[in-house]
Amino acid sequence: MYTQGLDSLGKDALHVAKADAAALEARFQARVDAEEKIEPKDWMPDAYRHTLIRQISQHAHSEIVGMLPEGNWITRAPSLRRKAVLIAKVQDEGGHGMYLYSAAETLGISRDQMMAQLLSGAAKYSSIFNYPTPTWADVGAIGWLVDGAAIMNQIPICRCSYGPYARAMVRICREESFHQRQGFEIMMTLARGTPEQRRMAQDALNRWWWPSLMMFGPNDAESKHTAQSMRWKIKRFSNDELRQHFVDVTAPQADFLGLKVPDPDLRWDEATQHYTFGPIDWTEFQNVLKGNGPCNRERLDARRRACEEGQWVREAATAYAEKQRQRASQAA
Amino acid sequence: MFEKEWPLFEVFVRPRSGLEHKHVGSVHAVDARMAIEHARDVYTRRQEGVSIWVVKSSEVTASDPSDADALFEPAKDKVYRHPTFYAIPDEVKNL
Amino acid sequence: MNARLQYVLRLADTSLVLGQRLGEWVGHSPALEEDLGLANLSLDLIGQARLLLTYAGEIEGRGRTEDDLAMGRDQSDFLNFALVEQPNGDFGRTIVRQLLVDAFQLELYEALQRSTDSRLAEIAAKALKETRYHFRYSASWVVRLGDGTEESHRRVQSALDELWRFTRELFAEDEVDREMAAAGVAPALADLQSRWSARIDAVLREATLKRPADVPYSWFGKCGEHTEHLGYLLAEMQFLHRAYPGASW
Repeated sequence: MYTQGLDSLGKDALHVAKADAAALEARFQARVDAEEKIEPKDWMPDAYRHTLIRQISQHAHSEIVGMLPEGNWITRAPSLRRKAVLIAKVQDEGGHGMYLYSAAETLGISRDQMMAQLLSGAAKYSSIFNYPTPTWADVGAIGWLVDGAAIMNQIPICRCSYGPYARAMVRICREESFHQRQGFEIMMTLARGTPEQRRMAQDALNRWWWPSLMMFGPNDAESKHTAQSMRWKIKRFSNDELRQHFVDVTAPQADFLGLKVPDPDLRWDEATQHYTFGPIDWTEFQNVLKGNGPCNRERLDARRRACEEGQWVREAATAYAEKQRQRASQAA
Repeated sequence: MFEKEWPLFEVFVRPRSGLEHKHVGSVHAVDARMAIEHARDVYTRRQEGVSIWVVKSSEVTASDPSDADALFEPAKDKVYRHPTFYAIPDEVKNL
Repeated sequence: MNARLQYVLRLADTSLVLGQRLGEWVGHSPALEEDLGLANLSLDLIGQARLLLTYAGEIEGRGRTEDDLAMGRDQSDFLNFALVEQPNGDFGRTIVRQLLVDAFQLELYEALQRSTDSRLAEIAAKALKETRYHFRYSASWVVRLGDGTEESHRRVQSALDELWRFTRELFAEDEVDREMAAAGVAPALADLQSRWSARIDAVLREATLKRPADVPYSWFGKCGEHTEHLGYLLAEMQFLHRAYPGASW
């Protein structure tokens, strides 16, 4: 249904006259303005389709790559409870990737095509997962800060104009809240623990704070896609708005933990009722996006290896199913 | 590396007895049996289901949105199908 | 150590070590769907281990918790079957190991529901539901790989040939087994073996795989005699607990 119907839609679209195209676009925008949901077989501008494919697949890739920095600690989790919770969290992330790949597939791209884009380096994924997790406290920091930032980004998307994406986000947000809570709980346990544990927690906060702020993307002024994405209700709030909200919510949490945010300029502004904070190092962000972050190579290598080493398995499953089909038709 | 992709299956889950199966998304699998296993692992980790249906995506026939008017408009003005169309005095119970 | 404690630890440590091995796969499986599938198996096994270790701690009566036992014992005190500490290898090796254990746990938990030890019976009833799914999962995969391509057939046959010698231990009856069977706590191993064997044969037949010949091989992980692999596994699993003694996590 989803991937087949779109072929015919494409052919029809080519023959549509210019005036008709304008009318279709106008009707499409009217539906979006009226908060109607666009579903897979509905007419949509090519640019809308492509923007969504890009955004949804990037989001999916981020979830999948995100399994790696935390998966790194599964075998070394310090208690059985923490181990179980971490496995469940990483499993959820895999599941989220799958919901999102599913949603993207409704737009006419296949999972294998998206995987190929990821492994070739053509597709991007969230910069945050290119940072290493050398200590257990990093697992806590990721849950608290990275999942916290992700939730802030994701909740508005539950109301985005494209039905399958919105529905996937609702599912994801429901599952995500335990992720942040478990991360915060880890940080709390460490902050209240031995001096070494406190040091571990502070060190993790020092390393994850700024990359988490960068997760919200470039400043609004530099952000290419924002205006059109907002008009199409794919994006509901701007990067800076979301980033400000994150700082406002998270700084008090750091206070509660007794940990210091690594920003000498961070202070509460009574007049604006917001925190002001220091400048972000955008060259670091650009470098990480270009592939020169601390772990970019390792992350992609791990995904590539999994794919290559698993090929014989996938082929075997396909071959088996084919044999079964032939046997069934011969028996018939 | 990806020559022969596992086909796509649409997944429907019945959350509890008494409710209908609801479409929740899709999975890739080589056959229906594997699709059920994958659907179970992906879509029912939080006890969200008592029953799963999987259907190969290529087997699903969908109505064409451009036919929406012809298919669905006529039902719009047949409001007598809705219980609220009928004015029943409040004193009459059980209707 | 009393026999009941040893018996419970055997079950607990087997689930724990196998769960730990499966945890290594997350993020590296042949397909996303298998990442979720293997993670699910791992979670179930760790859950079983936690229940069993807690019970073991109570029997022991020294106030040791599930974590004290998992993170604080040295390898000669671990009583898991040597089969489960073997390295994962490729997906085929992992799934063959899984099949051999799943068939065993399926028969074992089914029988333990009738144990005179009500705690074990309770744990077994819960674990049985999970293990039915585990067996379905691993059996399906062994069949797909055994009857898939030439390469997959070759890989799983060789995995089966290599791992078969570790199955002997599962049914090698010792004092603990005899005492527990006599007390009605555990089923007789001979019964377990014939049922296990039938299940395995059925799967191997469908998978076009050859059942290897039995080998007079003896590792007795269940008595604390382990292969070299367990040491490394424990070093990883226990590291934080041992590096920061006394800390809470």
